[in-house]
Amino acid sequence: MSLLEVRDVYKSFGSIEALRGVTFSVEAGSATALVGDNGAGKSTLMKTITGVHRPDRGSILFDGARIDELDPRGIRERGIEMIYQDLALAKMRDVAANIFLGREITRNVLGLKLIDHKRMESEAEKMIEKLGARVKSVKQIAGQLSGGQQQSVAIARALTFNPKLVIMDEPTAALAVREIEHVLDLIRTLKSHGIAVILISHRLTDVFAVCDRIVVLRQGAVIADDPTDKTSMNAVVSHIVGAA
Amino acid sequence: MTAAPRAARGGANWRVRLTSGVAFRFESLLVLAILVVAMAALSPYFLSISNFLNILLATATIGVLAIGATFVISSAGIDLSVGSVLGFSGVVGCLMMSNLDLPWPLGVVACIGAGAAAGLVNGFLITRGQIPPFIVTLGMLGVARGAGLVLTNGLPIYGLPAPIVYLGQGRPLGVPTPVIILVLTAAIAHLVLMHTRFGLYTQVIGDSETAARAMGVRVERQKVYLYTLSGALAGLAGLLFAARVNAGDPTAGLNYELTAVTAAIIGGTNLFGGRGSVVGTIIGALIMGVLQNGLNLLAVPSFYQQMAIGAVLVLAVWLDRVNRSEGRRR
Repeated sequence: MSLLEVRDVYKSFGSIEALRGVTFSVEAGSATALVGDNGAGKSTLMKTITGVHRPDRGSILFDGARIDELDPRGIRERGIEMIYQDLALAKMRDVAANIFLGREITRNVLGLKLIDHKRMESEAEKMIEKLGARVKSVKQIAGQLSGGQQQSVAIARALTFNPKLVIMDEPTAALAVREIEHVLDLIRTLKSHGIAVILISHRLTDVFAVCDRIVVLRQGAVIADDPTDKTSMNAVVSHIVGAA
Repeated sequence: MTAAPRAARGGANWRVRLTSGVAFRFESLLVLAILVVAMAALSPYFLSISNFLNILLATATIGVLAIGATFVISSAGIDLSVGSVLGFSGVVGCLMMSNLDLPWPLGVVACIGAGAAAGLVNGFLITRGQIPPFIVTLGMLGVARGAGLVLTNGLPIYGLPAPIVYLGQGRPLGVPTPVIILVLTAAIAHLVLMHTRFGLYTQVIGDSETAARAMGVRVERQKVYLYTLSGALAGLAGLLFAARVNAGDPTAGLNYELTAVTAAIIGGTNLFGGRGSVVGTIIGALIMGVLQNGLNLLAVPSFYQQMAIGAVLVLAVWLDRVNRSEGRRR
């Protein structure tokens, strides 16, 4: 049984059919690439997995249980985290608040649940340190950090709560070469810890470097799903553009 | 949570230290001080305990409304209906107590409940109906005012039970009751905005709604709560207003939304959402109170006062813009 199983998922927005019967699966501790041209349905598919959208038809199973009825909170509780391309940070909040966004630590004061800022800060500091991120203080406002630092925060947020599956949407698109290596290393580390990764990327060199399996999406349907060592850059490109 | 860069702890930037934890705009305190000094110089009647208590009393109603505005604006929303809802709630409560002779605690519940109900309708139309808050609450501004006039035939309802009158006119230990209620409301609101998930999510929705949603914040539900809260606070303000004048006046709170929004913005709540401060809002409300009181003492006709409030609102937003483009301090 696979960790994640997407079965025959359909999703339309008005007259636009974004997903037309998508089926694929992800094994625990593996990295799966999801590639395709702009508008192929990658983002819709991921948002359907993370509970932002609800599928019109089909089912999604995670760890053997249906998850397609859950909202984003429920999905995160099951152990699926997503690092969004725009990072989904609250730019006016500090690093600690962003890392704990949606999962704040609270303490009970006279029956009132108050946010425990101190503990969140110290936990966030630990996480940032563990990831070797170059963020000076967890009290810095997220919007004032560099692009690379902001991404570190988004990554730290995804990894703080022991996920089983991490979805990364174009994590290397906005990064310098050295930072890209850092992200690819991170994916390898996650795999070695048994954490599955779905990588959405336009950079096929990255995909071939770390992914075990490559799923090609075109016009809302899976048109190729091969182990990385059984396919080639040329084959993937022709699937993406529809030449094969 | 609040904007206190670590460097500031060294003591270099005392302004940041002063405002950290409450996140109000330092300049607003400065404006208040200048305004007080100016009014004191201009009018011999300004500097007296009784006049200050007058200012506080006048600020109490606006302050309660402005606290609601702080929450809604922090979430990048707007509630233009609060002035009308204030009038409507006062009328509903007074009808209960005067015409139906119900016990006064029920009147209190009716006031706050009527406001909350109007806010709940706003919240549902904004989230389920997907109509912009500006339009929904502008509509409610008309509907609530009209409803208040219909219920009373446009005439005030006089004669409230003694405990309610005490709520508006009593002075335990010399402090007007409405002022005590404002302080209590502000203290709770500050705690909620700065130290609870409800407050945090309110500001995060204003910061980035997609981020909030992606991280599992139940955005729609939160918005319904926010507009209901704003309505409930307008109901409380309606109660205070009615209690103070000992009548349910359907025209009460006319144009108060303008003053309430202005107070919140002056205090440092970000007009475009993401950040709010109850302490700042109270300072903002005091600025409006001192301004109005001073203009009264100087015998400036009330027509000009409306102009002054409008000008202050635009000025506050403009100053905020200038501040921002000069480099983001926080």
